[in-house]
Amino acid sequence: MNNVSKTLYPKNWKKPPFIKRSWLRWSIIIGSILYLIAALSSMDINIQRVLEGIPRGQRFIESFFPPNFSDNRGVVWEGILESIWMAIISTVAGIALSIPIGLGAARNLAPLWVYMTCRFIIAASRTFPEIILAIFAVKLFGFGPFAGFIALSLGTIGFFAKLLAEDIENSSPAQAEAVKATGANWFQWINYAIQPQVMPRMIGLSVYRLDINFRESAVVGIVGGGGIGATLNTAFSRYEFDTAAAILLVIIGIVMVLEYASSHLRKWVQ
Amino acid sequence: MVVQKKQDELVWKKRTTREQWINWFYWLIGISIVLFAWKIISDKTVWFFVQDAPRQAADIGSRMVPPKWSYSLELIKPVWDTINIATLGTVIAMIIAVPVAFCAARNTTPHSTVRIVALFIIVASRSVNSLIWALMLVFILGPGVLAGTVAIGLRSIGFCAKLIYESIEEIDANQVEAVKATGASNLQQMIYGIIPQVLPTIAGVGIYRWDINIRESTILGLVGAGGIGLQLNGSINTLAWTQVSTILLVILATVFVSEWVSAKVRGAII
Repeated sequence: MNNVSKTLYPKNWKKPPFIKRSWLRWSIIIGSILYLIAALSSMDINIQRVLEGIPRGQRFIESFFPPNFSDNRGVVWEGILESIWMAIISTVAGIALSIPIGLGAARNLAPLWVYMTCRFIIAASRTFPEIILAIFAVKLFGFGPFAGFIALSLGTIGFFAKLLAEDIENSSPAQAEAVKATGANWFQWINYAIQPQVMPRMIGLSVYRLDINFRESAVVGIVGGGGIGATLNTAFSRYEFDTAAAILLVIIGIVMVLEYASSHLRKWVQ
Repeated sequence: MVVQKKQDELVWKKRTTREQWINWFYWLIGISIVLFAWKIISDKTVWFFVQDAPRQAADIGSRMVPPKWSYSLELIKPVWDTINIATLGTVIAMIIAVPVAFCAARNTTPHSTVRIVALFIIVASRSVNSLIWALMLVFILGPGVLAGTVAIGLRSIGFCAKLIYESIEEIDANQVEAVKATGASNLQQMIYGIIPQVLPTIAGVGIYRWDINIRESTILGLVGAGGIGLQLNGSINTLAWTQVSTILLVILATVFVSEWVSAKVRGAII
């Protein structure tokens, strides 16, 4: 008996590997090492420049302090406000555009050709980052917050319509059928059967998107789309790093507040 | 939900009169905010440019076709750089994010002050866009792929650490206790009790972020941080629209491939 337990339970236990098939594990390990060598050697890092950059970086970071919130003519607050308005309006416009597209991209609501068209719109909007959309918007609509508004609204479509469509596809068909059985028309059907099921999640997501749009509004300004990004870019190119530090701190603060608010709202709604 | 009596007939309504008024009041506030935001944005818009936009769009569109296919050969190196920025940036981010996540999770943090610091790192990294990180790093490290890689890394820490620490907080405590009962030290508990539970999440988050980073690294070139964005910026500035459309198509293809790879790998892990 003693003998058996000894053979059954060896003293040395080894952690099972994360990837069970050994050939796959080894080919992944060797492949990643080869890739790292290839990538690092093609990066052509200029050590000299990096070393030079270290004292420069120190000075750069020192010049961030103390952050200057009250810089000339209150541009910081003006930019922040413009960003907030831009984020609000582009979230609202983006969601208004997303709702029909999201309904069309749900396979259980729409016929195939509508479904394909809407999915294509979503894929196109998701592929390009807001900043590329902003470059084209600035070319078309001129400098200023309107271009940023267009770029952010288009970016919102890809995000919101996709999640809305997925949520509708996952909604319970039993409720939808029950409302249909009362003789409801299409709009009543959407309003009383689909909307109550997806609403809580959509409210949470719209606050989340507002948060994203505010953050993105800080970068569309770099290519001329208005908002706090324009102020930030000006501050950087004029080497006013204390103003830049103030702007970054305000952005972080607002994002923290929005994140806190959105997580609370989501808990409250669900 | 109420049933009201109207001319001897029972009428079903979704809300009571009071609820309806409160609902309308919220809508009124919301719509006023949106209208106010719209007024501010529209005051800063030159409407002449906006009216001109369709003509401009048609003009640029006609200049963009046909794409200059021969140019795509010159884009191989930039695409390779872009992929390297995303991959190495994700690697940097994961190396830093895992310890930060362990410090930020309520059940593994060494001290509550450490937790607050870790949470601040997460929020700060998440709220500053990678383009702004790149803008600052180009000052310190000089223009090039290195600045882009570090920018992507810094930006991704918050995202990865947030998702990882949330999954650490949700682990099954029984398994950790079982490991503890064998007399394991704190470190051994972590290695044998906690890490195996969160390893799939860590791998999944890394892949997911890599996919996002491919998209983000396509634009870092706009501020001189390497990748295909450099070519995009150059082509737009020199009004070489046929090159622009080629670059956009190449970005589209890269993003589709990366999305496919990420979906496959995540499917294999989970």
